[in-house]
Amino acid sequence: MQAYIARRIIYSLLVMWGVATLVFFMMRAIPGDPVQAFVGFEGDPAAVAQIRRNLGLDQPFIVQYVKWMGRLVQGDLGASIWNRQAVTVLIREALPRTLALALLSFAVAVAIALPTGIVSAIRKYSLADHAFTFFAFLGLSMPDFWVGIVLIIVFAVRLQWLPAFGYEPLGMGFWPWLSHLILPSVATGTSFAAILARMTRSALLEVLREDYVRTARAKGLRELAVILRHALRNALIPVITVMGIAFALLLAGAVVAENVFAIKGVGRLLIEAIINRDFPIVQGTILVIAGIFVFSNLTVDILYALINPRIRYVD
Amino acid sequence: MGVAELTRPVVAAPRRSARVILRRLSRDGRATAGAVVLAVAVIGAIFAPWLAPFDPNDQTADILSSPGARHLLGTDDLGRDLFSRILFGARVSLFVGVATVLLATTFGVFMGVIAGYYGRWVDMLVMRYIDLQWAFPNFIIAVGLVAIFGTGLENVIVAITLAFLDDFARIARAMVLSIREEDYVAAAKAVGASDQRIVLRHVLPNAVSPLIVQGTVSISYAILGEAALSFLGLGVKPTTPTWGLILNDARPFFISAWWLGVFPGLAIMLIVLAINFVGDGLRDLLDVREYFKS
Repeated sequence: MQAYIARRIIYSLLVMWGVATLVFFMMRAIPGDPVQAFVGFEGDPAAVAQIRRNLGLDQPFIVQYVKWMGRLVQGDLGASIWNRQAVTVLIREALPRTLALALLSFAVAVAIALPTGIVSAIRKYSLADHAFTFFAFLGLSMPDFWVGIVLIIVFAVRLQWLPAFGYEPLGMGFWPWLSHLILPSVATGTSFAAILARMTRSALLEVLREDYVRTARAKGLRELAVILRHALRNALIPVITVMGIAFALLLAGAVVAENVFAIKGVGRLLIEAIINRDFPIVQGTILVIAGIFVFSNLTVDILYALINPRIRYVD
Repeated sequence: MGVAELTRPVVAAPRRSARVILRRLSRDGRATAGAVVLAVAVIGAIFAPWLAPFDPNDQTADILSSPGARHLLGTDDLGRDLFSRILFGARVSLFVGVATVLLATTFGVFMGVIAGYYGRWVDMLVMRYIDLQWAFPNFIIAVGLVAIFGTGLENVIVAITLAFLDDFARIARAMVLSIREEDYVAAAKAVGASDQRIVLRHVLPNAVSPLIVQGTVSISYAILGEAALSFLGLGVKPTTPTWGLILNDARPFFISAWWLGVFPGLAIMLIVLAINFVGDGLRDLLDVREYFKS
């Protein structure tokens, strides 16, 4: 078990190193020079040269790479070209917002998906099942950002129940914090709720055919007990693995939602940096997002091995 | 038994003629509805210059007018006709969807086949790459690539194509691995068939069904991806009318002009829903569910 975990950790570190290297060289393989693009093509050549020197871009790639890696290992992601703010400071401010949004979206998705998935499986081909199936298709087909727009038009503009934009930290009170996150997390959670509901349905249907479910019924257990105690427990194993990956997917959704709802999270930081061509921030945010994915994959793998001892691979 | 019979592929799902597939698909109500919507959209996109009541970039005096007889879906802040813009937007969306999937299929299948057929270090190299990409959601990969390449239609297509590459490579490799050990491949080798011939005649035809299904699903993801990138300002150039960009331009007017926020999104949803219905019908029909277990 320890060997398995150690192997997974080493593999994750290798992936991170691979991503960092890829990001580094690709950012420098861009046709054209980021500094030139940043200054504008009419920019004073002397100023361009000065900025290049300041950023160390006049040195050979390999020297830059080794220096950059050295700083990266110490947790230094460089500074914005615009205002010299440290990238780590910017990310530290933005990350809690993104994580809060992803976590709430996850809660929304599970709250929608589990009940509808269970009802769909128990009442297979009923009116409710057909309706939920249709809604699942709808959920998968709507762009997240558009769901956000429609929610803003309906709940913020027309009904004026919830705020349309921005973020309030938890320190300002629970309701102000939550009210700003409800619409964005519904927008992000919807499509994932659709996937999760379909998975729950098919996993449960498969389990309901098993012998031990028939046995449970035969010994006279109430149907609810059969479903909750025997069927659902086993059906949820594959669903849980997907949930782990899902959290990563919801983080990707948060990138879009933050831009619709003007929340200054990591996603908005990234998109603004791309548009402003602020490449240290682009590099830093991509690496942090990659780090979160790698970490959540690692956690899922370890948890899965703990839940299900059969998959402690010995390869 | 002649060599011809021996080398004929007999594995995997039965291959059916296109006509049989179409006939069976037409019995599936959802798939038929999807196909009809899709056909209307494709015709609308192709004939947009003739069907659109206005030029998509024509600025009229009717600024922010609500949907009505003159402007079916209303106008935007510059007086441009929303219906015409959505019609022209269909061209970009469908083009991006089809182009990315064709490119991703071509390169992905090439990668997967090479990896699966030659094995050893080629396979290891390709698989490490696929695993690396597999760890990240396609949309994040596309955003990252646009960050590197820059914005614009061509770059968006390249970014989405690269983001999809691993999905197709994975399917193609799995198919090659399952077929490589079959007797008829050994037989084909024994009679001196070249690698190229074995791959083209025996391996690829068996991989067609799962690739068609993956392709259909990917078209809808590509359309959603392009819309999201354009909405974020990372997509096509500002003058091109695309659904994502129309929604992005409409941001300041959601309060006063709801139609600008609603209709372009409805268009995206309808097309993606139609593709998903057709894809689901094809999946049941071609019986390829097993290949999607990862």
